[in-house]
Amino acid sequence: MADDDYKGPVPVPTPETQDFWDGAKRGELRLQRCGEDDCDDVIFPARSFCPGCGSRSVTNFTASGKGKLYSYVINHRPPPGFGPEPHAIAIVELDEGPRMMTNIIDCEQTPEALVLDMPVEVAFTPITDEISLPKFRPAGG
Amino acid sequence: MESRSVAIVGAAETTELGRVPGLSKIQLHADAALNALEDCGLKPSDVDGVATAGEAPAGIAHYLGITPTWVDGTAVGGCSFMLHVRHAAAAINAGLCEVALVTHGESGRSRVGMDRFGGSPASLAGQYEAPYGLSGPPSMFTLGVLRYMKETGMTHEQLASVSVVQREWAALNPRSTFKDPITVDDVLNSRMIAYPFRLLQCCLVTDGGGALILVSKERARDFPTKPVYLLGTGESVETPMISQMEDMTTSRAFRVAGSTAFAEAGITHDDVDHVMIYDAFAHLPIYGLEDLGFVGRGEAGAFIEARNTAPGGPLPVNTNGGGLSYMHSGMYGMYALQESVRQMRGTAPAQVPDAKISVCHGVGGMFMASGTIIMTNQE
Repeated sequence: MADDDYKGPVPVPTPETQDFWDGAKRGELRLQRCGEDDCDDVIFPARSFCPGCGSRSVTNFTASGKGKLYSYVINHRPPPGFGPEPHAIAIVELDEGPRMMTNIIDCEQTPEALVLDMPVEVAFTPITDEISLPKFRPAGG
Repeated sequence: MESRSVAIVGAAETTELGRVPGLSKIQLHADAALNALEDCGLKPSDVDGVATAGEAPAGIAHYLGITPTWVDGTAVGGCSFMLHVRHAAAAINAGLCEVALVTHGESGRSRVGMDRFGGSPASLAGQYEAPYGLSGPPSMFTLGVLRYMKETGMTHEQLASVSVVQREWAALNPRSTFKDPITVDDVLNSRMIAYPFRLLQCCLVTDGGGALILVSKERARDFPTKPVYLLGTGESVETPMISQMEDMTTSRAFRVAGSTAFAEAGITHDDVDHVMIYDAFAHLPIYGLEDLGFVGRGEAGAFIEARNTAPGGPLPVNTNGGGLSYMHSGMYGMYALQESVRQMRGTAPAQVPDAKISVCHGVGGMFMASGTIIMTNQE
């Protein structure tokens, strides 16, 4: 069920990010890994090549969905469509290495509750029939 | 660029700064350009090189009546003008033009003749950043600071002291937007914008412009103004997505641009008399002082709090009051360059006595890009 309340920008997939958004719709966090034995970099956002070594041999895989809270701000002037309450804009560092921007859900949006390096896990929020946003919540919560 | 081979001979800001609703963006470019040309006794027809950002170089050249043999439209945000200065110097070295004009104009506050803000929802930032409830730079540029504070131990009070010190410089500058003194408590009690950032830790939004004119050191002798020589230059870019920085507590682009400029200049940090570090938000001078190598990792907050960069301190930084108190149109880099030129000419409102070397460091986007220009008044 899509979140009918969501009024923010809606991502438009491109050929190289389609797998990510297809995965998100299924509830899977999709990343890529370089296929070269001597590189093995994990890649995000998706590319058709490895920015570490230039190889075009990359494969998509489903990540653990686990990570830790790397940094954040609490936005006290939410844009239209995001409600009146301050909300955290967060950076999560995934266990596989890459970092991504996200929101932290199922958690008070306060400095006391949002503790750097706390473990988090992915939780998908559908915003349209096709697009689900990866968000994160405190792990084991 | 060959060190000291090119000089800034014309420099000016728009006649008015702050709230200028009677001028569109391109008019602000032109007002600044005409002021800079008048500063050094030239006419638009004397110019054969044009570099600009925010407008296309063809738009500026045609608007001003210039027939260029060299143009540069490098647009990497607010430090674009540092890169233009660097590229203009290389172009003059290579004989591609003789008189290069760099212009900036922006109706940041009044929004007259401005383009719409925002990228495509199919861009990577549109897919992976825009949906998370962003409110522009105050909610994005600031994202790494809690991480920085955890790793270095910098306090909220130290971060607040950046705004306090720069207001002291602004009080010495008649053209500053804000001049009244503020305290650390004032900063920490101002309205919350994006925790940990409060209103007084965020830049102004104003209208204005600025322009520079560069020629070879040989031609510089023919001008009425005191030449300001380019001693060293550097540039780099990292990522247009702040969430994808290698490390959100330090800027790779800052480190590359800064070290390149210092190497080209052949100077050490002890040789530097004056520093400008583009301050869209209060943490920028902190990242800048560390990434340029003026202080060690994690030391900049305490360094500023201890008044080392304040009036009377050993390392004057952001002597015009900066983006936090002087003006910030959106692409502030031009105003940092203008203040470095004034300091090297000896005409700054808050003049640093006997200053001979100025380091002017810019950021573009949100740690997306960087440009460093080191100037001297010594031939």
